[in-house]
Amino acid sequence: MEVGQMQRRLVDYTKSLFMEGFLDAQFLQLQQLQDESNPDFVVEVVSLFFDDSEKLLNDLTMALDQPNVDFKKVDAHVHQLKGSSSSIGAQRVKNACIAFRSFCEEQNIDATLRCLQQVKQEYYLVKNKLETMLRLEQQIVAAGGSIPMIELGF
Amino acid sequence: MDSCNCIEPQWPPDDLLMKYQYISDFFIALAYFSIPLELIYFVKKSAVFPYRWVLVQFGAFIVLCGATHLINLWTFTMHTRTVAMVMTTAKVFTAVVSCATALMLVHIIPDLLSVKTRELFLKNKAAELDREMGLIRTQEETGRHSRMLTHEIRSTLDRHTILKTTLVELGRTLALEECALWMPTRTGLELQLSYTLRQQNPVGYTVPIHLPVINQVFSSSHAVKISPKCPVARIRPAGKYMPGEVVAVRVPLLHLSNFQINDWPELSTKRYALMVLMLPSDSARQWHVHELELVEVVADQVAVALSHAAILEESMRARDLLMEQNVALDLARREAETAIRARNDFLAVMNHEMRTPMHAIIALSSLLQETELTPEQRLMVETILKSSNLLSTLINDVLDLSRLEDGSLQLDLGTFNLFAVFREVLNLIKPIASVKKLHVSLNLAPDLPEYAIGDEKRLMQTILNVVGNAVKFSKEGSISITAFVAKSELLRDSRTPEFFPVPSDNHFYLRVQVKDSGVGISPQDIPKLFTKFAQTQSTATRNSGGSGLGLAICKRFVNLMEGHIWIESEGLGKGCTAIFMVKLGIPERLNEPKLPFMPKVPTNHGPTAFPGLKVLVMDENGVSRMVTKGLLVHLGCDVTMVSSSEECLRVVSHEHKVVFMDVCVPGMDGYEVAIRINEKFTKRHERPIIVALTGNTDKVTKENCMRVGMDGIILKPVSLDKMRSVLSDLLEHRVLFEAI
Repeated sequence: MEVGQMQRRLVDYTKSLFMEGFLDAQFLQLQQLQDESNPDFVVEVVSLFFDDSEKLLNDLTMALDQPNVDFKKVDAHVHQLKGSSSSIGAQRVKNACIAFRSFCEEQNIDATLRCLQQVKQEYYLVKNKLETMLRLEQQIVAAGGSIPMIELGF
Repeated sequence: MDSCNCIEPQWPPDDLLMKYQYISDFFIALAYFSIPLELIYFVKKSAVFPYRWVLVQFGAFIVLCGATHLINLWTFTMHTRTVAMVMTTAKVFTAVVSCATALMLVHIIPDLLSVKTRELFLKNKAAELDREMGLIRTQEETGRHSRMLTHEIRSTLDRHTILKTTLVELGRTLALEECALWMPTRTGLELQLSYTLRQQNPVGYTVPIHLPVINQVFSSSHAVKISPKCPVARIRPAGKYMPGEVVAVRVPLLHLSNFQINDWPELSTKRYALMVLMLPSDSARQWHVHELELVEVVADQVAVALSHAAILEESMRARDLLMEQNVALDLARREAETAIRARNDFLAVMNHEMRTPMHAIIALSSLLQETELTPEQRLMVETILKSSNLLSTLINDVLDLSRLEDGSLQLDLGTFNLFAVFREVLNLIKPIASVKKLHVSLNLAPDLPEYAIGDEKRLMQTILNVVGNAVKFSKEGSISITAFVAKSELLRDSRTPEFFPVPSDNHFYLRVQVKDSGVGISPQDIPKLFTKFAQTQSTATRNSGGSGLGLAICKRFVNLMEGHIWIESEGLGKGCTAIFMVKLGIPERLNEPKLPFMPKVPTNHGPTAFPGLKVLVMDENGVSRMVTKGLLVHLGCDVTMVSSSEECLRVVSHEHKVVFMDVCVPGMDGYEVAIRINEKFTKRHERPIIVALTGNTDKVTKENCMRVGMDGIILKPVSLDKMRSVLSDLLEHRVLFEAI
C-alpha cells in the first residue's frame, strides 16, 4: 500500500475514534506536542498509560476481592485512573471512572464490581484501538511518509 | 431564910430604879426574842439572802442576849445560886457568840458594802446603754427617714413634684416650722424664693446672691446653721417669738453634660439653689447632728432627681421633634411619588400621542420625496424631513431618558456579534466623516471575543453616540476607535476610584476608546458633560445641534451595563478621548457537546513562547505528569518533575519561576505544600508562582487555593493554547485567578 493511501486510512481511522467517543480533544493536544525535538511523545505517553492502567486495574480487582472492601483505597485508585485517562483523552474510560467513583461513595459493592467490569472493558477497547492506530503510524513512518496532522473542523 | 443559898441583889427590889430596870429588861428580852423570829420569817420569804450562816450566828447571839436579859429578871429579887449559875452561863455563852459574830461581821460588812457598789455601777451602766440605744435608734430613724425621703423624691420625674415632695417630707420628718427653696434666677445674680412649705403661693422675694451668708453656705457641702435674722430666713411673719434655729444647705443644679464627670463637687461653673429649714419657734429644739446629716443627704438626692428630670424633658422634646420630622418626611415622600406617577402617566400618553403624528409626517414626507418635485419643493421637503427626524429623535431620547431614570428600562440581553456592531458603526459614520474629510480608524484587539452577550441595540447606540460626538466636534484630523478586553489592572483606574469592576468567569469588560483631534473640552466643563440638557457654550458648538441628551443617555446605558464612561481632554483645541467600559457576557463555549466537536487546530504561533523558563511540576499521576511535561517542554520550558510533596519541597528553589501542582489527588496535600513554599520564600519576588491543576473548580477548591496563597487555578485537562495563555498572563501579571 502506498503512503498516501495509508495516510488516508490513518486519518479515517482516527476520525472514527473521535466520532465514536473513544478519544476526545485532549488526545489532539498530545499529538500537537509531538514535534522534531520530541518525536515519540505520543507513543511514550500512551505506553505509560497502558502500564499505569494495567497496574491500577489489577490493584482494583484485588481490592474489590477482599471480604472487607476498603472503599477509600478503591476510590484512590479510580481517581488515579480517571486522572490518567483524562490526561490522555480516553474519554469513555474517563466517564466510566466517574460513574465508578460515585458508586464508591455509596459503598455499593455490587455496583462497583459492575463498574470495574465496565472500566476494564472500555480500557481494553481503547487499548486495542490505540495500538492499531500506533501500528498504522509506524507503518507510515517506516514507509517514509509523515504522520498527517488531524485537522477536524465541524 | 438561911441555907437557901440565895444571892441578894445589890439594890432593894422595891426601888424605883430597880423597877424600871426590871421592866426594861423584860422588854429587851422580848425584843431580843422577836428579832430572830422576824429575821427568820423575812429571810425565809426572800430567796436571795446569801449569808445564812451569819444569820444563824446572829440569831444565836440575839437569843442568848435575850436569854441573858430574861434571866436577869430573876436576879432582881432573891434568887438562888442556881439562877445565878444559869445567868452566868448564859452570859458567858452570849459573850462568846457575840464576839464571834463581831468577828464575823468584820468580814461580812465590806462584802455587803461592795454589793451595794456593784449595784450602783450596774445602774450606771444600764443608764449608759439606754442612752446609746437611744442614739442608735435615732440614727436608724434618720436613715429610714432619709431613705423614705429619697424614695419619695425619686419616685417622680416631674420637677415640681420633686421639690414639693421634698419640702413636705422634710417638714414632716423633722417637724419643721418652715422650709423654703430659693432658686437662682436666669441672670444668676439673685436668688428667688420658689417653693415653700406653708405658704401656698410665695411672692417672688429675691435676694442678691452674693451675700456673705449665702456664700458661706455655697462654699461648704454641709448644712450650715445660719442666723434667723438673715434675709433668707425672714420669710415667716415676724412676731414676738423666739425664732427657732435655722439651717441652710446648698443644692447643686447639675447640667446634663455634667454626668460624664465622676466627682461632681469639684466643678467650677456651678449653680446652686438654697434650701432653708427652720425649726419651730419657742420650742427650744436644737439641730442635732443626725438631723443635719439627713438634710445634706436630701439635698444631694434632690440635685440628682432634678437632673434626671431635666434629662427626661430633653429626651421627650427630642422625640417629639423626630416624630414631627418623620411625619413631614412621609408627606414629602408621598408627594414625590404622586408627582412621579403623574409624570409617568403623562409620558405614557404623550409617547403614543406624539409618535403617531410624527410617524405620519416622516412617512408622508419620505413618500413625497419620491415623487416629482421642483428643486425648491425638494429642498422644502428635505428640510421638513430633516426637522421631523430630529424631532422624532428628540422625543425618543426624552422618553428613553425618563424611563432610564425611573429604573424601568431593562436591557435586552442576547448573543450578538461584537465585531459586526463596530463595523456597522463604522459604516454609518464613514459617509459623514468623509464629507468632513476626517479619517476614521477602527482597532479591535486580537483577544476580543467575536461574540458577546449584552444589549446589542443599546451598545451600538452608545458607541454611535460617542463616535458621532467625536465626528461632530472635529473639523479636521482623524478619529481612532480602539476596543479591547480590559485586564484586571487596568480595570482599576485611578481616575475612576468609585468603579470597582470584578471580573468573573463568564463576563468580561469591553473597553472602548474614541480619540478625536477636534476642539477639545476645557477641564471645568468636563463634569457637566453628562448632565442632561447642559451644553458647552463655545461658539464652535453652537450650531452643531443636538439636544444635549446624548451623553446623558449613554451614561445611563453604560451604568445599566455595570460599566463606566468618562471623557478626557487636555484642554481646548487639543482634542479629546471618550472612554467607556461595559460588562458583557461570554457566550458558552461549545466544549462538551454530544458530538465530538474538534476545534480547529491552530497554526503554530511561532517560536516557543517561554524559552528556558524553569518550571516545577508536582503530580502523583504518571500519565498526567508526562502530559503536563510534554506541554511545557513544547512551549520551551525547562521542566523538573516531582511526584510527591516531600520531593517538591526539597527540590523547589528560587530558580523555579512557576510551580504547577495537582491538588485534587486525595491524600496528597497540595495546599500544605503551597503553605510551606510560601513560608520558605519570604520575599515575594523570589517566590515561584504557584498554580493549582485540578479537575474541579468549585467554589470550595477556589477558596482553598486562594487561602493558601496560590496564584491561580487551571482546570484539567489543559490544552496547549490554554497553557500558553496562562503562562503569559502569569508572567505578565503575577496573578491569574482562574482559567477554564
